Amino acid sequence: MNYHRFDCIIVGSGGAGLMAALEASKLAGTAVVSKLYPTRSHTGAAQGGIAAALANLEDDTWENHAYDTIKGGDFLVDQTAAEVLCREAVECIYDLEHMGLPFDRTPDGRISQRRFGGHTKPNPVYDPAAPAGTEAAKPRIPVKRACHSADRTGHMILQTLYQQCIKQGVTFFDEFHMLDLIMVEGECRGIVAIEIATSELHVFHAKSVLLATGGFGRMFKVSSNAFALTGDGPAIAYRHGIPLEDMEFYQFHPTGIYRLGILLSEACRGDGGVMFNGEGERFMEKYAPNLKDLASRDVCSRSIYQEVRAGRGVGGKDYVYLDIRAETINKYKTSPTGEPVDSAWVSKRLPDIIDFARTYLGVDPIHEPMPIQPTAHYAMGGLPTDVHGRVLRDESGAFIAGLYSAGESACVSVHGANRLGTNSLVDLVVFGRRTGREMARFALDRPFQSLPPKPEAYVKAEIEAVLARPRVEPWVKIRDEMQRTMMDECGVFRTADTLTKARDVLVDLQNRYRSTGVQDKGTVFNTGLLEVLELGCLLDLAQATVASALARKESRGAHSREDFPTRDDSQFFRHTFIFKDGEYPGRIGYKDVDVILRQVDGRMEPKYPLEIRKY
Amino acid sequence: MSMRTLTVRIKRYVPERDRAPRWEEFKVEADPHDRVLDVIQKVKWDQDETIGLRRSCAHGVCGSDAMRINGVNRLACKVLIKSLPSDVLTLEPILGLPVIKDLIVDMKPFFDHYKSVLPYLINDDPPPTTERLQSPEERARFDDTTRCILCACCTAACPPFWGDDKYVGPAAIVNAHRFIFDSRDRGAAERLDILNDTEGVWRCRTVFNCTNACPREIKVTQAIQEVKQALLTGEVDTHSIVNIHQET
Ligand SMILES: Cc1cc2nc3c(=O)[nH]c(=O)nc-3n(C[C@H](O)[C@H](O)[C@H](O)COP(=O)(O)OP(=O)(O)OC[C@H]3O[C@@H](n4cnc5c(N)ncnc54)[C@H](O)[C@@H]3O)c2cc1C
Ligand code: FES
Repeated sequence: MNYHRFDCIIVGSGGAGLMAALEASKLAGTAVVSKLYPTRSHTGAAQGGIAAALANLEDDTWENHAYDTIKGGDFLVDQTAAEVLCREAVECIYDLEHMGLPFDRTPDGRISQRRFGGHTKPNPVYDPAAPAGTEAAKPRIPVKRACHSADRTGHMILQTLYQQCIKQGVTFFDEFHMLDLIMVEGECRGIVAIEIATSELHVFHAKSVLLATGGFGRMFKVSSNAFALTGDGPAIAYRHGIPLEDMEFYQFHPTGIYRLGILLSEACRGDGGVMFNGEGERFMEKYAPNLKDLASRDVCSRSIYQEVRAGRGVGGKDYVYLDIRAETINKYKTSPTGEPVDSAWVSKRLPDIIDFARTYLGVDPIHEPMPIQPTAHYAMGGLPTDVHGRVLRDESGAFIAGLYSAGESACVSVHGANRLGTNSLVDLVVFGRRTGREMARFALDRPFQSLPPKPEAYVKAEIEAVLARPRVEPWVKIRDEMQRTMMDECGVFRTADTLTKARDVLVDLQNRYRSTGVQDKGTVFNTGLLEVLELGCLLDLAQATVASALARKESRGAHSREDFPTRDDSQFFRHTFIFKDGEYPGRIGYKDVDVILRQVDGRMEPKYPLEIRKY
Repeated sequence: MSMRTLTVRIKRYVPERDRAPRWEEFKVEADPHDRVLDVIQKVKWDQDETIGLRRSCAHGVCGSDAMRINGVNRLACKVLIKSLPSDVLTLEPILGLPVIKDLIVDMKPFFDHYKSVLPYLINDDPPPTTERLQSPEERARFDDTTRCILCACCTAACPPFWGDDKYVGPAAIVNAHRFIFDSRDRGAAERLDILNDTEGVWRCRTVFNCTNACPREIKVTQAIQEVKQALLTGEVDTHSIVNIHQET
């Protein structure tokens, strides 16, 4: 057995994992374990920007950002966490800049910022009496808050953090795939991982373990997520009895490349792009009269589905157009500067998007609109944590000693029922940094706790069982059925009927999953074996998603129940906690949303009163 | 466009099974809009699960799936079937790095070269409370080389690198360039010193294979020339984009 010992083990080398590693390694012995080379992590795919109220181009405050985050999340956001996010975002961006991140610049050399959906500020000329449709009738107007580096902001963040890790001499175990947590007496004491190149098992003994394994969009058929995004961290924790929070909230991004799901950033619309249905109508005017194409993502995705259902998709099919041609931006006066733009400007702002469209659609967006459809994009739910990344044991708020989560695998919850664009990258750096600090602090205060004998035994047996099973059916069939079911029955719209159907299909798929094996029995890069184990994670998370969605009998943010079309604050102004019971989703509990109260005329009143969410 | 029947020839090497690399052929139905990556995975999932390859993002941004496709280095997820001139698709691992299994090579030597050029911002001045200022022109100066995804397409296409694996190779120089020409950086002298070594930029014979191989269309040879120029003149201009003539 290969045995390693570090104060802090960080699983995952995306933005969250690397940020935590930079912090933790300043104080404590730290190693990063990642199934991908760090620079291959999906943070590198993030395009449009990272939010912080720097106010470099216009007035803005972190309070505006916090309000937008809470409203964008349809009030399911924990408000203290949202304030932490938006306040610390500002210093984190400066930190990244000092690390060398090449942000785009304003003419006076500051960090450049662009508009993004749902990011607003109060309209200085707002007049409640103004006639509808006029500028003065809008209570809030879009604000330039997304710091960016062309349309490859995530690439720059990932590269910069990795570069800093090299500079700081952080230890990496690249292409090591975590397969289990070592839990003893309700505490986390390490992980078990397989070295992909050799299939050897490694035990990592630690005082603090961070799960920063990213999202699980591969649960759905059409997704912007990488193959590697299979939710291993949350799934493995869930099997150990650790709850998952708000799993029913999964975000579909409105503008994925038709059929492939590759993302076309919201920056397209922030920079003036407009969506059209098959009849050439700018349909967002109907659904979000104020912000139109810059309404938040859940709103835009539902609007596209409704257009398609009404037969107004392009050519009657299930897609619409995203148009970023300069002439369109000028015609609809959607240019972010207020001045007319030309093709050269568009090319400079969105070079990668243009390249994706040319490569994968064979469409040149400088001259033609791009066919798009909603694509499964972001998990608002995940492992419940506090603002220091500590994973909660249950809805009472007690912690699991030694276990942390940050990034997309965690649910702090700053995204509530729907995340705003550019708020994930900032979540990674703000909470990655806080979590790294907390992990090191905890580790320095405490000796190593003992490990049980043969902590790798469970994993070893699981692998042997998969290898020994005959390949009754190809496991990809199970995966494809799961992805289709989740897309069709648990996607943008849901009902009790579709969810019940999904629940039953998933039970069948779990049974079939447990009876089929893999063809490759080798030990060198047996990626087939790992893909099967990843599928097991996705199946567990899919079940948790469906069960949580069935229980939430209301519509809020990304969770849209057609049989319960309105938000029900009397019953569901609270977070879902789901626990595993044997092989299936079990008990569901609820935890109140954290609400900030403030004193107004001697009375305590909510700082962010509930309101109907309109854009 | 209708489906095409492709013959996929893969240079196989499974260390537990093969003493030497060998060719294996598969027939597969492919949609012209499929990526080469889709086709390989189809073969892997439907016919032979033992085929080894790396992949993650599937749209050309993570740098996992560099391979030789019909003799040239490409990302399998960025080549569409409709662009193939014939129905034979030949796949081999990239050259110059040790093969571990099938299309998977050992990336450690590549990343070691990358790390050797100090690929991080060096500036010990205390930072201001907000951002350091940088003009749009200064930012544009090194924009091209910030786009590198470390896929190794360039380095593994470089004849001098095939002949001498101690040569740092184009990707490492690209990443050195990214910092040398960043107006905020103070480590240019140190990096230039490293690249002046016998295994540094002077190994480059301006073959241009690297530029042709780069899936991000980085002007790799130009970046190398700019570094050479800085060494020759002892000057680093971080303010304006210079256009060094690319011919040798
Ligand atoms: C196409 C796209 C564009 C986006 N654009 C934006 C944007 O403009 N702004 C924004 O704010 N957000 C954006 N997002 C969202 C944001 O990029 C992600 O939510 C975020 O990057 C997730 O980061 P992470 O660190 O949590 O995980 P990731 O970067 O996904 O990293 C996960 C890590 O976990 C490792 N890992 C996983 N499982 C295991 C295991 N079993 N063992 C070992 N290691 C493991 C992987 O190797 C990887 O290193 C975008 C997302 C996508 C998909
Ligand atoms: S799979 Fe990421 S570059 Fe091809």
